[in-house]
Amino acid sequence: MVKWTDFERATIQDIFSKIDYDVVGPAALSRCLIVYPWTQRYFGGFGNLYNAAAITSNPKVAAHGKVVLAGLEKAVKNMDDIKTTYKDLSVLHSEKLQVDPDNFNLLADCLTIVVASQMGAAFTPHVHAAFQKFLDVVVASLRKQYY
Amino acid sequence: MNFNLCPLETWVPRLTMSLSAKDKETVKTFWAKISSSGDAIGADALSRMLVVYPQTKTYFSHWKDLSPGSAPVLKHGATVMGGVGEAVAKIDDLSAGLLSLSELHAFTLRVDPSNFKVLSHNILVVLALMFPTDFTPEVHVAMDKFLAAVARALSEKYR
Repeated sequence: MVKWTDFERATIQDIFSKIDYDVVGPAALSRCLIVYPWTQRYFGGFGNLYNAAAITSNPKVAAHGKVVLAGLEKAVKNMDDIKTTYKDLSVLHSEKLQVDPDNFNLLADCLTIVVASQMGAAFTPHVHAAFQKFLDVVVASLRKQYY
Repeated sequence: MNFNLCPLETWVPRLTMSLSAKDKETVKTFWAKISSSGDAIGADALSRMLVVYPQTKTYFSHWKDLSPGSAPVLKHGATVMGGVGEAVAKIDDLSAGLLSLSELHAFTLRVDPSNFKVLSHNILVVLALMFPTDFTPEVHVAMDKFLAAVARALSEKYR
């Protein structure tokens, strides 16, 4: 069982109440596809991913970025049992999508950078630490059903 | 074989994922914009690394105060970013240019190379929050590649 301090709990709720999912989701996913181009292997059906401009303006990437953020919102709403909340998502990623789980950390890092750029100085070391802990739990939960 | 490479590089010699001319140009241009904030960037990156990745504190047990913005953290943040600046200037041959720093990290500091990735990530986070419009995805990938190349150069003498 993950233990959250009051500060961590409040920080996560606060961050997700403030960010625009429709901006952050697409920005994080497109940044991941640009900065770590091998992640494009999972998006063969998305059309033009040829360069940064194409990726940033690709409507399928944007739509999928929103799907990812909607998935994260489930974790935000169920912070005390993310593992159970993500059981089906974990099975999906491992058995159907067959995503190498190391990629979860790459997307998580891009999400951190996008949130940092949105929050500026408000993304203090301690807020950053709470966010990183949340992402670590999310990633661990997504890895849980892999075998 | 250099075993300090990331998984993608282990089966191809270390010429892969090297910096293109465009990467170097992007890094130099961005650095010119941000270098005057070098001390602040270093201080913030180091401060948050010690908070977000507490295992890194093990290298600084000789400091009185490891809290964000403390005197030793400010001083060392500036030292680290001075090194990054040196690397930008010697971007065309990091191995040769960073030789003495490499020996320092290998024989004296003996920082586990996994920590280079951790500090690099924290530097990138600070760049994003301080320069949100300039730190585009293109600049991000160039800087990430550059910091990875610096880390490789610093790891060269380890074994």
